Amino acid sequence: MKSNRFSPSSIKVVVIGNAMVGHKFCEKLRERDVLNTIDIKVFGEENHRAYDRVHLSEYFKDKSIDRLYLSKTGWYESKNIQIYLDNPVVEIDRFKKNVISKSGEVCPYDYLVLATGSSPFLPPITGNDLFGVFVYRTVDDLEMILGRAYKSKKAAVIGGGLLGLEAAKAMLDLRLETHVIEHSPRLMPRQLDETGATFLRNKLEHLGIKIHLNKTTSAIRGNERVEWVEFADNTQLDTDMVVVSAGIRPRDELARQCGLRTGPRGGVIVNEYLQTSDPFIYAIGECALYEGMIYGLVAPGYNMAEVVASNLTGGDKIFTAFDMSTKLKLIGVDVASFGDPFGMNTAHSPIIFEDRMRDIYKRINISEDGKKLLGGILVGDTHSYNMLLQTCLNELSLPPHPENILFQSEEGSKNESGVMALPDAALICSCESISKKTICDAVIAQGIADAEGMKKCTKAGTGCGGCIPMVKDLINETLKLQGKMIKQIICEHFAYSRQQLYDLIKINGIKTFEAALESFGTGFGCEICKPVIASILASAWNDLIIKHATIQDTNDRYLANIQKGGSYSVVPRIPGGEITPDKLIAIGEIAKKYNLYCKITGGQRIDLFGAMIHQLPEIWEELIAAGFESGHAYGKAVRTVKSCVGSTWCRYGLHDSVGFAIELEERYKGLRAPHKIKMAVSGCVRECAEAQSKDVGVIATEKGWNLFICGNGGAKPQHAVLFASDIDKETVVHYIDRLLMFYIKTAEPLTRTSTWLNKLEGGLDYLKDVIIHNTLGICVQLEQEMQETLSQYYCEWKAVVESPQLRKQFTHFVNSNEPDPTISFEEKRKQKNPVAWV
Amino acid sequence: MGINKKTKWFRACHVNDVPANGGVCIQYQNEQIAIFHFTSRQEWYATQNLCPHKQQMILSRGLIGETLSEAKVACPYHKNTFSLITGKCLSSSEIDVIKIYEIKIEDEFVFVACE
Repeated sequence: MKSNRFSPSSIKVVVIGNAMVGHKFCEKLRERDVLNTIDIKVFGEENHRAYDRVHLSEYFKDKSIDRLYLSKTGWYESKNIQIYLDNPVVEIDRFKKNVISKSGEVCPYDYLVLATGSSPFLPPITGNDLFGVFVYRTVDDLEMILGRAYKSKKAAVIGGGLLGLEAAKAMLDLRLETHVIEHSPRLMPRQLDETGATFLRNKLEHLGIKIHLNKTTSAIRGNERVEWVEFADNTQLDTDMVVVSAGIRPRDELARQCGLRTGPRGGVIVNEYLQTSDPFIYAIGECALYEGMIYGLVAPGYNMAEVVASNLTGGDKIFTAFDMSTKLKLIGVDVASFGDPFGMNTAHSPIIFEDRMRDIYKRINISEDGKKLLGGILVGDTHSYNMLLQTCLNELSLPPHPENILFQSEEGSKNESGVMALPDAALICSCESISKKTICDAVIAQGIADAEGMKKCTKAGTGCGGCIPMVKDLINETLKLQGKMIKQIICEHFAYSRQQLYDLIKINGIKTFEAALESFGTGFGCEICKPVIASILASAWNDLIIKHATIQDTNDRYLANIQKGGSYSVVPRIPGGEITPDKLIAIGEIAKKYNLYCKITGGQRIDLFGAMIHQLPEIWEELIAAGFESGHAYGKAVRTVKSCVGSTWCRYGLHDSVGFAIELEERYKGLRAPHKIKMAVSGCVRECAEAQSKDVGVIATEKGWNLFICGNGGAKPQHAVLFASDIDKETVVHYIDRLLMFYIKTAEPLTRTSTWLNKLEGGLDYLKDVIIHNTLGICVQLEQEMQETLSQYYCEWKAVVESPQLRKQFTHFVNSNEPDPTISFEEKRKQKNPVAWV
Repeated sequence: MGINKKTKWFRACHVNDVPANGGVCIQYQNEQIAIFHFTSRQEWYATQNLCPHKQQMILSRGLIGETLSEAKVACPYHKNTFSLITGKCLSSSEIDVIKIYEIKIEDEFVFVACE
């Protein structure tokens, strides 16, 4: 069949369709066409150039399509590709080999590529054309949905599949009462089994989405606009709008019209080269029907684009049945389904894990001989997805107790070595079809050492991003194998780990960045090593950081938190969250005087936003006069010690948690570390201060205090672990002294205590040995070093306010006293707010 | 800047107004220009103050440094880095080039070519 091998002279390629796959094809073709000889023309139906449909819902966030675009403005021009938007092809003339567009453009082609995609299927039921019925596919659809949503209270989504739930999330975000209607007995019937779907349903119902299963919609009713939907079982549901997400239909009308072979239920039939029945016409993406199947995901679509680009430039790639595994975050619920999720194709034994406390469901299907993983389903926790998928796709042999692989992720650090067991050909990034070998080679041959570099070098991780954790593991493991022992060098200027640098600086009494560079570095430094050294100097000597202003990260440079628009926020310290009415009034008056936006923080303090840079010293002068100190909200430093009211007021309280929190905050305030440190003290086991989510958490017991360590909220929440039970206050302080100093000395830059502990060889037991049992014999030294550092404390803002020299740094222009004229604010809920950025 | 056209120099500030290995912002008519003194390499640079990524007037407050000897500045907001030589964004191909101004030091004053 493949007789039309490409000839090197200039050929004309016309692409019909400018969505994700059509765009990817242009990219891939131009990449391979190194001499830029192929004449490429693209016709798109929408008024927008190709954008990311996978993340379509993001459009609701700021109603801007800009961040969804797959290419920069001018990309097509720069690649010498002619693009026609809002100008779909209306006719293909296969005999003259040309296409005719809506505007009458006639374009001859040597090869034609159909990337016409699919359209949402609108079931032929009464009322499907009523005002208020929408589909969820394009930015224009979203615009119309938005227009209606403002006037609606209830929305019904017809279809409980992947896309339907995505649409439901959008409706929920628009604060509509959201209903999902699914005609089968469970949600996501293609990906999940009965139990998995029930877990998902429970989670979604918790979030307030109403789920209706076994409901076949028979009509949409209303007077001029949608008012209710009717079901086959004679029940009905009132709603103001309907979003239909009942599957897709391939856009094959052009193909039919010009006589190409199509499938009985739609789709342009293609062979393994993705050629249609006319060898000069290819079809890719959701309009192509390969071996009776439409591939409705982006990764196989990209793979098809690659195959055709290869074939048009002398390559001979072929398309083979593609893995349809998916992992996604639905409304904050992780769901994944891979391989053969139901074990329908082969005899198998499933292993099932259900955790109803945390709503986690995992199922893996094992071959009968117990050696291979056939597929599976994950709901609630998808950490092990990448590894399971690879084990399944590459038919790796399973260990004797395959159930253990379900819990690999929870073991923390021990699972990293797994990635190296994968075969070279293992597909790591399925969006860009990047294999393990390509990634490892990039590390070895091109010295790539981080995920960002890998993105630039190989494009791995630039699609859906789901493979990034695995890419990182591969980079680290490959580096290790190379003997570059995850020596974690800081950057090109310092070939040391942070821990080594800390020791070098301390032992040699280094006090400035320049001295550090001269003694142990090369070159002139960069934005990575400067703040690292700054942090070490601050931890080691507790010198005034503003004396080293030009090596500090932004916030530390101006001792305030930079915010959108270029203004800063100010957080005075309120130890333990306890504050007198007079001090509250003082804050209020200062905020009023400088017109600052006020917000209570999660750490029981008050954040004042919208200060211009030149106002910072004046504001602090007033705050200091009212008895406040810097809160170090801008620093990688000890922030707050949160507390509940404790035994003083609370009928359940066992000890004075507020008093202890204040003691701790006064002790450790301003202590600089590799990352921020948060603490809390609760007066009883009810834990109102949420101490178990902090780096250091202290909870009162009948007999004393329990000490929890290394927890955090943020992007990757982790509970703190119990470190010592029923100890007295003095012991708590001894342990915290040692623990924090050990962390400061040994953690890599920007590593929270949780990650530090996860990576610490020997884990919690080792840490207890060092801190409690003194196996390294360093406890006295750690406490001494902590004492030295803490004794150097003084309020950084007091030092600035009192120094005319330092105050001078706080201006926008050096040659004028004017503030930045570009800063502007708008009013929102009776306070000033920055103007949203582009 | 044509060869025949005479450069117009704007006296921006005194050399001591710029911190060692750091930057300041100056106002020239309606423009904001960031001036950097790469003291350890004995070099001066001037660029637009606007970071093109999110259109923020900020680059003068960025950390300066070098990678493979190419002098650069890092935007404080999202750590995008720009070459101080070419103005090219070194961390992303999606972000526009920033404007580089000619700069000279005379009698302890910093001058920026403004036309």
